[in-house]
Amino acid sequence: MNIIEVKNLSKKFHDFAAVNDVSFNVAEGEIFAFLGPNGAGKSTTIKMLTTLLHPTRGEITLNGFDPQKDSNSVRHSFGIVFQDPSLDDDLTAWENMEFHSVLYKVPKAIRAERIEKMLKFVDLWDRKDSLVKEFSGGMKRRLEIGRGLLHNPKILFLDEPTLGLDPQTRNHMWNYLRELNKTEKMTIFFTTHYMEEADKIAQKIAVIDHGKIVAMGTSAELKEQTKSDTLEAAFLALTGKDIREDSGSSLDTMRRMHRSRMGLKK
Amino acid sequence: MSTIYILWLRQIKRYYRSKSRMIGSLSQPLLFLVSLSFGFGSTFQKAGQGDYTEFLAPGIVAMSIIFSAIFFGIEIIWDRQFGFLKETLVAPVSRLEIMVGRTLGGATVATCQGIIVFFISMLIGFRIDNWSAFLPAVFVMFLIATLFTALGTMIASFMEDMHGFQLIMNFLVMPLFFLSGALFPIEGLPKGGAVLVACDPLSYGVDALRSLLTGVSHYGLGLDLVVLTLTTIIFLILGGYFFSKIEV
Repeated sequence: MNIIEVKNLSKKFHDFAAVNDVSFNVAEGEIFAFLGPNGAGKSTTIKMLTTLLHPTRGEITLNGFDPQKDSNSVRHSFGIVFQDPSLDDDLTAWENMEFHSVLYKVPKAIRAERIEKMLKFVDLWDRKDSLVKEFSGGMKRRLEIGRGLLHNPKILFLDEPTLGLDPQTRNHMWNYLRELNKTEKMTIFFTTHYMEEADKIAQKIAVIDHGKIVAMGTSAELKEQTKSDTLEAAFLALTGKDIREDSGSSLDTMRRMHRSRMGLKK
Repeated sequence: MSTIYILWLRQIKRYYRSKSRMIGSLSQPLLFLVSLSFGFGSTFQKAGQGDYTEFLAPGIVAMSIIFSAIFFGIEIIWDRQFGFLKETLVAPVSRLEIMVGRTLGGATVATCQGIIVFFISMLIGFRIDNWSAFLPAVFVMFLIATLFTALGTMIASFMEDMHGFQLIMNFLVMPLFFLSGALFPIEGLPKGGAVLVACDPLSYGVDALRSLLTGVSHYGLGLDLVVLTLTTIIFLILGGYFFSKIEV
């Protein structure tokens, strides 16, 4: 059964087609990866799936609901870990979790128990009363994962989840998520640049470039299709070797400001 | 706990957890208060206008409120990319609830700033006529705070980064403050000046505060309250509308 169905999805910003007639399906319980160079349209697609952006054209069905017509039902169906941190640094880990549980209408009676369970799951229970600004990058990611799962969603979206994390943390994180996928049949949809990650973890991969899906299949199928040994070689074969022209957007400036503000803490 | 309450609570927690930010944002109003009242005090007195400290204090209270409220708007721009706003936008709550919770929280914080400035101005000699006017004055402060928090939210809904905000600060907020009669009496202004001041919603807020705290009023307390309330409602509606259109 498909838990996400996307048909002819497009998003245009003025004249620029960020996402251009994209179609794909994700089966329930599948680990699905979106692979693509900078500016390919990965984040834009996720934003449309998660009700943050309105598509220009096309249909999306997520857990049986349409994000445009039934946005709240869609929102209850997924959790998301964004590329840029979305925690409140001035609140404690517990307070961040509590905030989320109120927003997602987790019943008051089970709130504390659910928060405790998730904090323990991501190994942050002993830091529940610490302010998030004191956490390392890896701890923040873990907290975001715990938070995203608090309302028992069917799908977890992760946008470049391991960017900037050290190998141990990355390994830990994927272990949690694979556990979750196995035991709860949670669907995981993630975007990444890291080929080994996509290779080792994803069950189905879609390669997106210039807003279009150029290839889709298992890692083995993609390698077969491009007669390559590694997923990286397959990817380069599919998307070309040119470095992507990426203009320094105001987002990049803000990212730099944010990094210096955080004192280059990882 | 409802959505609005928890959003409000979040603003409050962020405020009192950052003592340095609190003190820092009080420094400018207090600098104005102390330097201007000591500087112009005797001149004002000689011009037959009375005690400048008494005249100035309500204006400075309004200053601290407007600055605090508009800075709250900056938070949205930052939050939009780095924080918390995305978490709220992706949650199954209406944009209206988010906006109301944040605005009330921001307005409460700005009002607290105003109250603190009020008490500090008492340290340099400001005296209130009648303590029963204190609570109504706090209500007026809250009204001013809500107006400018909503305005800040509305403006921030259009901005993608911080640079535009500097422009807004210099070309909108500063004129709003300086043309509000906070620092100088409205009586005796040349016609053009008087018109500008009358177009500034903050003028009515300052006048209302002055009326309640010192008994002196240019427009009349009734008119002040009507204009303030109407403008606040308009900006709340506009702010809410534009906030609901934010795309991340």
